[in-house]
Amino acid sequence: MGYAIKGSTGVWEVVVGLEVHAQVISRAKLFSGAATDFGAPPNTQVSFVDAAFPGMLPVINRECVAQAVRTGLGLNSQIHLVSRFDRKNYFYADLPAGYQISQYQHPIVGEGRIEIELADGSTREIGITRLHLEQDAGKSLHDRHPTKSYIDLNRAGVALMEIVSEPDIRSPEEAGAYLRKLRTILRYLGTCDGNMEEGSMRADVNVSVRRHGEPYRTRCEVKNVNSVRFVMQAIEAEAKRQIEVWESGSAVEQETRLFDPAQGSTRSMRSKEDAHDYRYFPDPDLLPLVLDEAWVAELKAKLPELPDAKKRRFMQEYGLPAYDAGVLVAEQATADYYEAVAKGRDTKIAANWVMGDLFAALNRAGRTIADSPIPASSLGKLLDLIADNTISGRIAKDVFEAMVESGEDPATLVERKGLRQVTDLGAIEGVIEGVLAANADKVAEYKSGREKLFGFFVGQVMKAMSGKGNPALVNEALRRKLT
Amino acid sequence: MSLDAATIRRIATLARIRVEDHELTSLAAELNGILGWIEQLNEVNVDGIEPLTGAQQMALKMREDDVTDGGYPEKVLANAPDRAGSFYAVPKVVE
Repeated sequence: MGYAIKGSTGVWEVVVGLEVHAQVISRAKLFSGAATDFGAPPNTQVSFVDAAFPGMLPVINRECVAQAVRTGLGLNSQIHLVSRFDRKNYFYADLPAGYQISQYQHPIVGEGRIEIELADGSTREIGITRLHLEQDAGKSLHDRHPTKSYIDLNRAGVALMEIVSEPDIRSPEEAGAYLRKLRTILRYLGTCDGNMEEGSMRADVNVSVRRHGEPYRTRCEVKNVNSVRFVMQAIEAEAKRQIEVWESGSAVEQETRLFDPAQGSTRSMRSKEDAHDYRYFPDPDLLPLVLDEAWVAELKAKLPELPDAKKRRFMQEYGLPAYDAGVLVAEQATADYYEAVAKGRDTKIAANWVMGDLFAALNRAGRTIADSPIPASSLGKLLDLIADNTISGRIAKDVFEAMVESGEDPATLVERKGLRQVTDLGAIEGVIEGVLAANADKVAEYKSGREKLFGFFVGQVMKAMSGKGNPALVNEALRRKLT
Repeated sequence: MSLDAATIRRIATLARIRVEDHELTSLAAELNGILGWIEQLNEVNVDGIEPLTGAQQMALKMREDDVTDGGYPEKVLANAPDRAGSFYAVPKVVE
């Protein structure tokens, strides 16, 4: 039994489909040679094409097309060798031409699918309906003047990929997993940076509810939700609202809604009533987009190893459990880091250090693996020092923290701080004798059967040796002395 | 095909063109005339012909991904009815 919401008249299933707008990584815009960099001064990255000056003609950017093809391949989708651009007409101040160039009837990418992983370890396939290329609009600023809106066209004409899923998603958790997986794939492919905060990935969420086994009921579209968490919240809030509408005897009306994170609810966007009449027609400025099959094959051959394949390889090659492999491949930089540490070493110990101590240290410092204070080579050297018995695992934790602080090489740190492990049996036995002599009462107790005290003796010996005794040798020598 | 007054009004609204009531009748006649003329094209038999894909189909020319344009906000803003710094300024449009 999956996710369901209990209403006053019974249990409801949630049906969700997502439309994700992903900004394409390219130097220039989709149909003009203006730059795409984020945060430039207003209207400095605008050509006459982007500002829709009369007589200006769009010319498509080959790299944007390549990025859409790569993404389609990464989403296991069909690539359409012939596609077409249409004009989507609507009136808004940040859309200077009065239409957006988009792909309506003949998108560049058709059906595909991705696999999502859920918290209980199960996996599900979510269908992709299509991916098409289109232009982004400009940016309107409404809060700078009491009666005017300010328009910056820097973003106008930047390439977007709209990625539409099938209505296969059945819970907020699945929607979150889908978005995270999509983001991971896009980042691996290098086709979108997946940054939802800066708006380079935005989601429209289609939600409906139904009784189990029923056909689909009317859906509502919640527009422009800009974080994974908000998408999950919006689905729950909108589903609950629709259940109330149905249960009160009314019918849900198909409409566009907005999610208000502060209120945790959705509200109607009534002013957009006319906006759905987009009067699409083929753009007469643009011939059909025809792709050479050999070029598509070339792009396919150059794709990087994608997260699913990498995860399988990590499980086979390094013997990692599915969960660990999943965590390590979520970001390509993490996967690369792990592989550098694991190479030629104990792969599971390497995984534990990366996912445990390293992640904790990065979290504390608010840094990402890309600017980790400890390079993979240094963490590798630290593991070597444990493997060859130079230091104990316990001391290694202290060395690691010191490395985070100073960025020093682990071997240098160990020498400078005198942390090298004591493996001289004579020295260890000397300390043990001292500890046993000072705790004669406990020795007697131990010998009369309180075997739990063994741990106490180990602790005392290690303390006396400032933690530097080789644990295996200390244990062994203690056992000998106590029998 | 024939357009009624309500449809004319809707088309005008979508195009943000103001049409006075007394203009509706003449506009409908003009638009219906244009549509009727174009509808003659329906007499051509296009069975089995793919839209836009003839025998000598030309494909879209592509451009390399180089920054070759932009960087002239003054020219872009030259015809703006109103501006604020390097922004266009328009009557407030907010949802």
